Amino acid sequence: MKLELIGITKRFGSLVANDSIDLVVEPGQVHSLLGENGAGKSTLMNVLYGLYDPTEGEILVDDKPVTFKGPGDAMAAGIGMVHQHFMLVPVFTVAENVALGNEATKAGGMLDLQKTRTRIRQISDQYGFDVDPDAVVEDLPVGVQQRVEIIKALVRDAEVLILDEPTAVLTPKETDELLGIMGQLKADGKSIVFISHKLREVKAVSDVITVIRRGKVVGTADPDASTTELASLMVGRSVSLTLDKKPATPGEVTFRVRDLTVQAANGQRVVDGLSFEVAQGEILAIAGVQGNGQTELTEAIMGLQDHVTGSITLGGEELLGRSVKDVIRAGVGFVPEDRSVDGLVGTFSVADNLVLNRYDDDPFARGLSMSPAVIEKNAEEKIAEYDIRTQSASAAAGTLSGGNQQKVVMAREFSRPLELFIASQPTRGVDVGSIEFLHRRIVAERDGGTPVIIVSTELDEVLELADRIAVLYRGRLMGIVPGTASRDVLGLMMAGMAGDEALAQVHDVQGGNL
Amino acid sequence: MSPQDDRPASPATDGDAPLSRREAKEAARQDEVRRENAAETAGGELPPPAVPPTATGLGGGTSPESTLLQRIMTGNALVAFLSVVLSLVLGGLLIAITDEDVARASSYFFSRPQDTLAAAWTAASSAYIALFQGSVFNFQGETFARMIYPLTQTLTVATPLICAGLGVALAFRAGLFNIGAQGQILIGATFAGWVGFTLHLPAGIHLLLVILAGMVGGAIWAGIVGLLKARTGAHEVILTIMFNYIAVNLVLYFLSTPAFQRPGSTNPISPQLDATALYPPLLGAGFRLHWGFVVAVLATFFVAWLLNRSTVGFELRAIGANSSAARTAGINVSKGYILAMAIAGALAGLAGVAQVSGTEKVLTSGVAASFGFDAITVALLGRSTPWGTFAAGILFGAFRAGGVTMQASTGTSIDIVLVVQSLIVLFIAAPPLVRALFRLPAPGASRAGKGGSTTRTPASTGAAA
Repeated sequence: MKLELIGITKRFGSLVANDSIDLVVEPGQVHSLLGENGAGKSTLMNVLYGLYDPTEGEILVDDKPVTFKGPGDAMAAGIGMVHQHFMLVPVFTVAENVALGNEATKAGGMLDLQKTRTRIRQISDQYGFDVDPDAVVEDLPVGVQQRVEIIKALVRDAEVLILDEPTAVLTPKETDELLGIMGQLKADGKSIVFISHKLREVKAVSDVITVIRRGKVVGTADPDASTTELASLMVGRSVSLTLDKKPATPGEVTFRVRDLTVQAANGQRVVDGLSFEVAQGEILAIAGVQGNGQTELTEAIMGLQDHVTGSITLGGEELLGRSVKDVIRAGVGFVPEDRSVDGLVGTFSVADNLVLNRYDDDPFARGLSMSPAVIEKNAEEKIAEYDIRTQSASAAAGTLSGGNQQKVVMAREFSRPLELFIASQPTRGVDVGSIEFLHRRIVAERDGGTPVIIVSTELDEVLELADRIAVLYRGRLMGIVPGTASRDVLGLMMAGMAGDEALAQVHDVQGGNL
Repeated sequence: MSPQDDRPASPATDGDAPLSRREAKEAARQDEVRRENAAETAGGELPPPAVPPTATGLGGGTSPESTLLQRIMTGNALVAFLSVVLSLVLGGLLIAITDEDVARASSYFFSRPQDTLAAAWTAASSAYIALFQGSVFNFQGETFARMIYPLTQTLTVATPLICAGLGVALAFRAGLFNIGAQGQILIGATFAGWVGFTLHLPAGIHLLLVILAGMVGGAIWAGIVGLLKARTGAHEVILTIMFNYIAVNLVLYFLSTPAFQRPGSTNPISPQLDATALYPPLLGAGFRLHWGFVVAVLATFFVAWLLNRSTVGFELRAIGANSSAARTAGINVSKGYILAMAIAGALAGLAGVAQVSGTEKVLTSGVAASFGFDAITVALLGRSTPWGTFAAGILFGAFRAGGVTMQASTGTSIDIVLVVQSLIVLFIAAPPLVRALFRLPAPGASRAGKGGSTTRTPASTGAAA
């Protein structure tokens, strides 16, 4: 099936999210849409999937113009979409989920899941999905859940599959498997629209790359183009992807974690007996697939978790059992992983958010009375220093782009002398241009002699920033390896192999090949 | 062996945390829906005189949007204004339809339609003129004092509405849906009343002590709710509704005890408060308006300062807007809940003082009338801002004061005022309806990004530009 978008424009009020975008997806082709967050990729796909009406332009399927009133129409026309956040009912089985909205029935309106099961097995065998139709979705790993989403589209005879940031939630290994599946689908004549901002994956799998910037197509690129070229096209200026970082000069060890255990409400140990330390002037990156205890670890340090045992000391003082405010006062800077939930109050102004944890300190407040003028002045300074793009200091923080929101959080945390800096997913959902800036600031903080902990699920980021890398798996430390460790080693550790074993195995394989 | 064997198990944990996070958000959303439902239940279950239909209006939609209530409570000023206009127009229609003259004229509508229309116009306009005369300015008054008397009546009725409305608004800004103003007024009035008729103190000190007692009473009553919520996670809507019942019955019980009951009476009524415990009249003995109104104005100034200029207000607003960000920033959310409820209760207690030592001068179980519930509407119409609440309080005071005159002079039932009040809430709770009727542009038309968790897609491009 050939899919063509001609002159698609989508306006929201005065904002132009898509500006006369042309796109042709040939059968049997993987077409990547590359662009920063907020470039308009998702809007375009939502137009294609019938979720938005285009303001202008038309969609052609096999050279015939079509209009989609909703996802139903798009599905009927052979377009399937796998959303970034899965649209699955967790307590239903795979078959039930696949049948949902398209249920086969027997006489008397009885549900006939047998047909669906057969279809699922058929598709699963054809592409090697290894999905059991009777498994309950919530018991399945994320990677398999994603395949269920793909099956959902295939059962409805999708010829064009839209994958919206599909690798964001996967381990490196699962990502490789997904890329393999995409290859098979392509070989089978299906077309795939692959949306991503991860250059490495896009390069690995695409036939054509279309780069979108600020709602416009700024060009197409060859998969052979270098990552730097692609990045520059995406951002609109040349960017340096590699960080200029001096080797660390670790000083005194001031931050120590001993036998830290965090219990979840269900009694499960989400952080299980962690011990590590961080020296002044070094960056310890905590790697791992999302949900292996990283969130709980950082929150335990901040005093945001209950049921924590063990010991956390900073400069010899015990932090465990202290209030969040005390921990902040002790000089711990914290960038939470979900800035819109934990880092910012979206309806508050940028100025207020810049003092969110210092609003009652001199000079921002005298006694009970706050000093708006001082807060305003502080905001003007930080906006200039961190190049925060906002209409004004009084604009609501929620209206800023992801990168600028993150700059607000970082600016706030760096605006006081720190004894320890912790950043969770410091660049998630942040545009390439801002990533560069934020990374430099973090390294600068390290060079200033602060112990730094970075939690990231993105290997690229971990490898770029870390002086040492600790890998968490199911709340346990798989080992701490030098920042120069290879992706393979980290991949094995993220899947649950102890650090030295992983090192040995990768060494063996390489040795064997030589 | 190779780690591949481990595969299916390994990412199983991947699912866990994001799921639980998602669940948390889901729970928050359900919480919101529950909150709305609770408000609806409040409308259905409470005794009719105490509950204006307004509480039902609050339950309006069943949209799963977690911010629905927030949007309603802090909505657009223009929408609020238009809702009032629209409600008055509809109220007028209702008056016309139920009017006897109109009914008579409509029997020959097809031969002389102008009669029906003229009768309808007369019915509606005379009712509203009477309402205006009864609440703002009486043209027929012989002296200037008689002319402005209605306005002073309006302000008198507005006084408890403003105080209690401020309490509801403040609690809401801290993210607490305080339905309990009614109970807080009652308990405040009980404390104040007891000090007023039991202690015999010199003028000045006595009144101050009465005011203080009223505030403390309300603060304790509401503070318990805050404490229970902070400690046990109990929901404030349920708690405050139940505390309203407890308060009513507690006051009834007190009024049957010798400490409270008027000597020689078997009715549940307290002795008259000492003259030293009463708010002095503000404009002389000819008017009912008392110094309680000045206290209400001062309270409005105080709440405006507290919310917008003080560190406490910053904390409360942060908790209300995003409690997890507030917690991460080191703000003590539990303390915030307790404090917000206590201050809200103190303000409602002031309303109780206005009643017991301003207008009623005795304590009965009906001393709070339905002010506690009207206060929710007032805060709603005032978009939870201090001065908006003040203005809405005066408007509702006018409805109440003028409704009496309207009923007396035109025979239009005072219930029509309740209908108008309820319609206002209905329209405020459904901004898209008002916008559609007046063809206003929808705000945030671009509000359709990726699901709202991060920023909107198009906006970020704009801001990054």
